[in-house]
Amino acid sequence: MTAERLPPPSTAVGPLAWLRANLFGSPASTLLTLIMTVIVVAGGLLIADWAINHARWGVVTNNLKLFLVGLYPFEELWRVWVALLVLSVLTGYSAGAFGGAPSRTLSNWLAAGQATLALLALVSAMSMTTVVALGANAAVVWLTFMLGLRLGAPRRLLTFTWIGAVIAIFYLLQGARGTPLELVPTNLWGGLLLTFMLAIVGIVASFPLGVLLALGRRSDMRAVSLVCTVFIEVVRGVPLITILFMARIVLPLFLPGDLRIEDVYRAMAGLTLFSAAYVAENVRGGLQAIPSGQVEAAQAVGLNPIQTTLYIVLPQALRAVIPANVGLFISLLKDTTLVYIVALLELLGIGRAVLAQAQWFGAHVEVYVFISVLFFVMCYTMSQASYRLEAQMGVGKR
Amino acid sequence: MRRTFLLPIVLVGMLAIVGCQTATPPAQTPAQPTPEQPGQPTPEPQQPTPPAGEATPAPPPTGGHLQLIRDRGELICGVNGGLPGFSFLEEGTGNWSGFDVDYCRAVAAAVLGNADAVRFEPLSADDRGPALQTGLVDVLIRNTTWTVTRDTSWGLFAPTTFYDGQGMMVNRALEAERTTTPAQTLEDLAGATICVQSGTTTELNLADQMAAAGVQFTTSVFGTIDETYQAYEAGTCDAVTSDRSQLVARRTTFANPDDHVLLDVVMSKEPLGPVVPLNDDEWFNVVKWTVFATFEAEEQGITQANVQEMVGSDNPVVQRLLGTEGELGAALGLDNDWVVNVISAVGNYGEIYDRNLGPETPFNLDRGPNRPWTEGGLLYAPPYR
Amino acid sequence: MTAEAPSRRHSSVPFWRNVRVLRLAVQIVIVSAIALLALWLWNNLTAGMARSNLTFGLDFLDRRAGFDIGETLIPYTPSDSYGRALAAGLLNTLLISIVGIVLATLLGILTGVARLSRNWLVNKIAAGYVEVMRNTPLLVQLVLIWTVLVNMPTVHNSVALPGEIYLNQRGLYLPRPIADAGLGGWLLLLAVVIGAIVVVGFISGRRAEAGHRPWPVARIGLVALAVAAVGGWLLLRPVAFDVPVLERFNFVGGVVLSTQFTALLFGLVIYTAAFIGEVVRGGIQAVRRGQVEAAYAIGLTPGQTLRLIVFPQALRIIVPPLTSQYLNLAKNSSLAIAIGFPDLFSVSRTMMNQTGQAVAVIVLVMGIYLAISLFTSLLMNIYNRRVQVLER
Repeated sequence: MTAERLPPPSTAVGPLAWLRANLFGSPASTLLTLIMTVIVVAGGLLIADWAINHARWGVVTNNLKLFLVGLYPFEELWRVWVALLVLSVLTGYSAGAFGGAPSRTLSNWLAAGQATLALLALVSAMSMTTVVALGANAAVVWLTFMLGLRLGAPRRLLTFTWIGAVIAIFYLLQGARGTPLELVPTNLWGGLLLTFMLAIVGIVASFPLGVLLALGRRSDMRAVSLVCTVFIEVVRGVPLITILFMARIVLPLFLPGDLRIEDVYRAMAGLTLFSAAYVAENVRGGLQAIPSGQVEAAQAVGLNPIQTTLYIVLPQALRAVIPANVGLFISLLKDTTLVYIVALLELLGIGRAVLAQAQWFGAHVEVYVFISVLFFVMCYTMSQASYRLEAQMGVGKR
Repeated sequence: MRRTFLLPIVLVGMLAIVGCQTATPPAQTPAQPTPEQPGQPTPEPQQPTPPAGEATPAPPPTGGHLQLIRDRGELICGVNGGLPGFSFLEEGTGNWSGFDVDYCRAVAAAVLGNADAVRFEPLSADDRGPALQTGLVDVLIRNTTWTVTRDTSWGLFAPTTFYDGQGMMVNRALEAERTTTPAQTLEDLAGATICVQSGTTTELNLADQMAAAGVQFTTSVFGTIDETYQAYEAGTCDAVTSDRSQLVARRTTFANPDDHVLLDVVMSKEPLGPVVPLNDDEWFNVVKWTVFATFEAEEQGITQANVQEMVGSDNPVVQRLLGTEGELGAALGLDNDWVVNVISAVGNYGEIYDRNLGPETPFNLDRGPNRPWTEGGLLYAPPYR
Repeated sequence: MTAEAPSRRHSSVPFWRNVRVLRLAVQIVIVSAIALLALWLWNNLTAGMARSNLTFGLDFLDRRAGFDIGETLIPYTPSDSYGRALAAGLLNTLLISIVGIVLATLLGILTGVARLSRNWLVNKIAAGYVEVMRNTPLLVQLVLIWTVLVNMPTVHNSVALPGEIYLNQRGLYLPRPIADAGLGGWLLLLAVVIGAIVVVGFISGRRAEAGHRPWPVARIGLVALAVAAVGGWLLLRPVAFDVPVLERFNFVGGVVLSTQFTALLFGLVIYTAAFIGEVVRGGIQAVRRGQVEAAYAIGLTPGQTLRLIVFPQALRIIVPPLTSQYLNLAKNSSLAIAIGFPDLFSVSRTMMNQTGQAVAVIVLVMGIYLAISLFTSLLMNIYNRRVQVLER
């Protein structure tokens, strides 16, 4: 006689059990759940009510062009689209040709970001060219990704293309007097465009400098080691805003008198110096993690110290610190908001300039919430990608 | 620990810096000829005399801005950017307008012949001194008050284009909530919170004047002009102090301009004018005589409309001014008809004033001392010969 | 068999291939290159500074400041020197940093523990809070908080809270305690009670070591202290209060937490607490599960486990990243300039402008911040060494 098989009690499995375990596990837990639910629901309703009924989102939609590219002249906006196109093509193709999580993350992020901006432009009062340009760029990233997967490319060619592309992008955006592309002085760059330029130049320029500093700090030569250590510790011990001020006021004095550096380049220099010290500390951590057996094996094989560093030590160290460096890039992206204090009109600066328009007086919260949401989306996606990267690389598990 | 020895190094470094200042006194430049001694049309480059005995850096290079601007093809002008009537950027059109903006154009017209070859750099009050000192701008035309400290550290002041005074603006709507007797004098503001911008003479004058009147108050200091007036309008301050022209100009941007009243006090002298970097006599003379040209043009009755026909005038003063006779332009390093360029681009002083601050504008500022000396004002141009 | 030892063993390596010589040469070249570069930069700097009439000297510190500072811990008037103005700013920075560090640590520990809670709602809310704080810039958060605080009612329409506390857009006005007659007696009473608790606790500990059950000193002691404090307060009247009174423009009397101070403190605390929460969580998670299971096995409650077993071990992992978060908070306090709080950097910026000596001031201020950073990391390193595992 077999007993009837009953299903497990509903309080042991299923949604009811989950509720019981996770929300109502103990009296204290129950109390907390109730309090939290009340707070969250009430707060959520208040915020939703504000956002839908009272907030004046016109301050964002009417000024979207300012938020995205600042005071860039209308007639020259096509250059921004072309620069984005170049970037999209290369990123997608590299991601496809090389694979590897970092480039794939970057291309996903670029495509998603441009698609979102296209949607935003559609909702705002911007011209259809903007919407089409952004949307097309997002699609281009995917297309070239597929193309890269199929075709592949030799590494050296791609590296040179990237270098050429960077120069081309700078030329496109700034132009020069006397050439077919008219000069758009950097003081007209603003908004999201300026934020990205600052962040990208900052991280790209600070990377080699940081690696050199890290190697110098670990060097056996006392003088070099001392200089590098002092530089790193000083830069890490002072606030970024003082470094930006120093770059703005003191840096020009270090150069010959008739050389005039633009405002934006002074800020880039400040951000680069700041970031280089932090990159140096990250890379130093990676260098310390390399077992000495690697160096000894390299010596046994007959490589000289420079070759050892270049081909054995650095590749491993840099691979190990990629997640930390992604975190650094996120920090740098957020820190670009500080240049508003040195009077550059990046995203936050443009926000405050827009608020100075008499008709939008009092719309402060809307503007700041918009800027926060933009940053949140950018940084959160990158940090999530970084987590996945870490898991994929198995950092710390080898 | 590596970090511990950095602390004494930092302290020793700071002591060394303090020690440095006793060993190498700063290279002093002798006082430049002030506009109170008019009549030096030929620029004489003066070599700064090094202080006796001590080792000094090599004499700084003189000159260069005029040629630099010509090579660049563009004048870089430091302006306020947030002061309607003086220098203001219209967001939609991207056009700059204002009193200071017109003077930037005048200088560009004098040097380059093209009043539109100007790049405007908005600068906050805190930023303008270092910006001029570090070469970020060629000339600073940003409602800057002429003081001794600034004359010796920021740069040389060209003749005053706007004689102003410091005033106080009170929020009557806020006052009406709590009292029936509105404040009329500084003494009435005892206990008030007053907004002021950092890095201005008004900040210093406020402290001096209130101390002299024996009035207790609280300051609220802000870094930019927008923040200051936004905080004032939001009600975090009871009053805001600045140059009277600035108060009037910013009042027009408020939601309820009639709620805000200027007290009938003038707290200080505020002569506003252009500033050029130190150690460039040639450039200083160019800017100085451009300003004087606008004064002289008004005195002689030359306007934007009639400047072309005035070129054929028989009046020797006008002839010398407009360059039909003599080589005064060349002496400054400019074309001989540079004044014609200036006046046809922006007009004479009166026209500049009326266009930006006059009766047709929302500001309607009375000219007050900003009149030619022939009409009882303070605008006096030295003779062109 | 005559083995000819290779004569090469005794001949020296030519100096251009000698590793030691090469390294020395490279070092000399690099050092000279750096020295030449430094010399060229120094020349440019002095020439540039002379051109702009800037000096290195700090003698301007003795000159009369002439500007007012909104809120200071030390008495300051515009007739005081620039040096005193800088000192006032420095004290403001230190006040914000110290209070901020304490509050951020408390909130951070709470966040970290919440992130590990088994209550799903609490866990996710804490996670959401951390993600939002970590992915938005601090400056934007600060101005947002400041804007929200400024939108509070105007001074005349202040929200009056019980106990003569007033909240408005210019700040929170609290009554200020002034020492009165009974203060000495009240403090003496508290000291006696606390002394008694310590002594009893000591005795109880000794008895516990000898094997007896410990007395519930903490609980009884807390109750006794509370009774003594409140009772003594009511009976002895140790303090009088200077209440804020609304006069024509502002509240006079009492103590004020200005909007700027509150916004800066709040912003810094909730931003840094998110990062500290992650550090604490990482530290607690790094303690091996076996430790916790063993603690349960010998009968410790979860609370005791956390306090006695997990936390001390977690501290070893937590302290170094915690140090860097503290340093970040101290450095981020320089963002006070964006919301008008007169901290060191904000005062120095005014000084840069009023004295014209931008270079000297910025170098001085960087030096001061560097000293603060080094001092803080010095203290934390001492603490770190005490919690590290003593290696054999």
